Amino acid sequence: MFEFKLPSLGADMDEGKLLEWHVKPGDKVKKGQVVAVVDTSKAAVDVEIWQDGTVFELLVEPGTRLPVGSVMATLLEDGESAPARKPVTLQGARKGEARRKAPPPEVAAEAVGVRQAAELAPPGRPRVSPAARKRADELGRDIARIAGSGPGGVVTLADVERAVVVPTAAAAAATPAAAATRQAEMRRTIAAAMSRSKREIPHYYLFETIPLARASEWLAGVNADRPITERILMAALLLKAVAITLKGFPALNGFYRNERFEPADAVHAGVAISLRGGGLVAPALHDVDSKTLPVLMHELSDLVRRTRAGSLRSSEMSDPTITVTNLGEQGVEAVMGVIYPPQVALVGFGRVASRPVVDEVSGELRVLPAVTASLAADHRVSDGHRGALFLGALRELLQHPEDF
Amino acid sequence: MKVSYREALREALREALAQDPRVFLMGEDVGRYGGTYAVSKGLLDEFGPDRIRDTPLSELGFVGAGVGAALGGMRPIVEVMTINFSLLALDQIVNSAALLRHMSGGQCAVPLVIRMVTGAGRQLAAQHSHSLENWYAHIPGIRVLAPATVADARGMLAPALADPDPVIIFEHAQLYNLEDALPVERVWRACDISRAAVRRTGTQASLITYGGCLPKAMQAADELAATGIDVEVIDLRVLRPLDLDTIAASVRRTHRVVVVDEGWKTGSLAGEIVARIAEDCLYDLDAPPRRVCSAEVPIPYARHMEAAALPQVAQIVAAVKEMLNV
Repeated sequence: MFEFKLPSLGADMDEGKLLEWHVKPGDKVKKGQVVAVVDTSKAAVDVEIWQDGTVFELLVEPGTRLPVGSVMATLLEDGESAPARKPVTLQGARKGEARRKAPPPEVAAEAVGVRQAAELAPPGRPRVSPAARKRADELGRDIARIAGSGPGGVVTLADVERAVVVPTAAAAAATPAAAATRQAEMRRTIAAAMSRSKREIPHYYLFETIPLARASEWLAGVNADRPITERILMAALLLKAVAITLKGFPALNGFYRNERFEPADAVHAGVAISLRGGGLVAPALHDVDSKTLPVLMHELSDLVRRTRAGSLRSSEMSDPTITVTNLGEQGVEAVMGVIYPPQVALVGFGRVASRPVVDEVSGELRVLPAVTASLAADHRVSDGHRGALFLGALRELLQHPEDF
Repeated sequence: MKVSYREALREALREALAQDPRVFLMGEDVGRYGGTYAVSKGLLDEFGPDRIRDTPLSELGFVGAGVGAALGGMRPIVEVMTINFSLLALDQIVNSAALLRHMSGGQCAVPLVIRMVTGAGRQLAAQHSHSLENWYAHIPGIRVLAPATVADARGMLAPALADPDPVIIFEHAQLYNLEDALPVERVWRACDISRAAVRRTGTQASLITYGGCLPKAMQAADELAATGIDVEVIDLRVLRPLDLDTIAASVRRTHRVVVVDEGWKTGSLAGEIVARIAEDCLYDLDAPPRRVCSAEVPIPYARHMEAAALPQVAQIVAAVKEMLNV
């Protein structure tokens, strides 16, 4: 038996609301399968399961808001047989007991099991410190929605102070009022993450103008043979170039947590995608360095479409190892990015435009397409020297697009 | 200049004897031997046998004599060698000294000061090592003091003698060799015998303690500070009547409490403090209060077992960390 818990779908997520289950008890599930849809303050996210098994019991009703780490379901491992008796469920315990008639004497053994289950996860009244309860009252916060960090999961004063008021919104933000609430929540989430970034991360910034004549020509050649809908955009090429270059610069790819750097093995690039109503999400494209350009392009379009439709997968939300932002469409020259914690770097691209460039071989002044790439990086993890080498390597790589 | 706790007590006695002819000291071995813990060393030579009186080994007798002398207008200071032996004098203290003002309708006062040694840690075995301060703190009619610093050792005697009712001063056996700089005279002269003291300010938990456990609490606070945990230390100083305002104010600041008391948990002063906090400050608590007390055994003689039975720094540190879930 193992537990399926609500994963953190981003560093800024404290809780989520279950919108629907895609599975039911008895269903076999495979690692990576979407089993539930959870509403974070940013999007409705398809949550995947990380272990094969058979659903034993669903513990949370759709519509329930719950803290990150809450057990949502229990599953049987492959080959494991179901226990003879269904355990009392978390959310259903009190209802179930109320409905049950006086138990016949022979279920004494069952009562013991019930007590054990209750000890593991006490149902009903949450454990809240008196000071936390009083403070929640003063602030008008619903204590039941605050995740506890004290011993045994007790909700403490600090948890209440930390908790953001989250008004109950209709699941899919159907009404304009709900959409406005949702907008406000997203703004608050972004505010929290970006404030933390600027408070905690000592950023340094570097810029490099990268000639794209070769890359543009090469891309035009590739696209000449492709139908319009399958054309590869410069954005995908830039993304892949960043990912490949990053393999040589591990100090820019990973997480800074608990006062130390944890490099990431894979490059999952968070792609900053602006939403139509305002706001921003940066879900991950996985293993960008090892995917072919057509695959990458397809996934990028798919990701943008799904992000704007509010349908993302949990792994996309939780594990980008670096963020890449491309503001060229908006016409800016260059980007000075704010790192998304706990990541340690952000690569930004401005507009691809024709610029006067001195040809390094002939020394002649020529007009060529170029882009200004920027790096915002965490000085706790890397130094400007490494950052400069990274941008230099990125520039060189983009002069040889046929190599990747 | 550093002064020992013992020297500070002696200086306070010397001053009291010099200033007020009604003051005299009596007890077992206080004269020729200089006091079991050498507090009164030299005082016999200085003040003579009428004022530094060796008594027979009879706590009931000489504490009773002290009550009588106080009733008769003297200002006696009675030394009891160890708190365990004071049980022989309970009748004089509880039934006479504490009650006479009440039972005489205010006609009789008992301005008696009793100094007692308390506590363990010197391998003196169970009959010389217990912490029964709470037995006396239970009794209305007496004031109970627990000086835990050199300044309080120097400053508490004068206001105790000035008190028209009986005062018991508990000197923890582990503190006699404690050395510290005595603050300027103006400061220790201002010593009150009514309030607790915040010995260290902090934000995440309050360590509430007294007497021999104060140095342990302070050390625990230092160790916790080294791991980034900021705790407050409250020295009760006065065990009866308890300064509940200072305790409550601290709890309202920190929201977490660990009471460190060398007494046993059962029926302890630590229990009383936790009960008062539960009554008055429940909604300020962010965690259940904890107590670090002696193991519920007679204090053992063997050094390692004695150490294992007493509250120690590591237990205080662990209690705070558990509370903070770190």
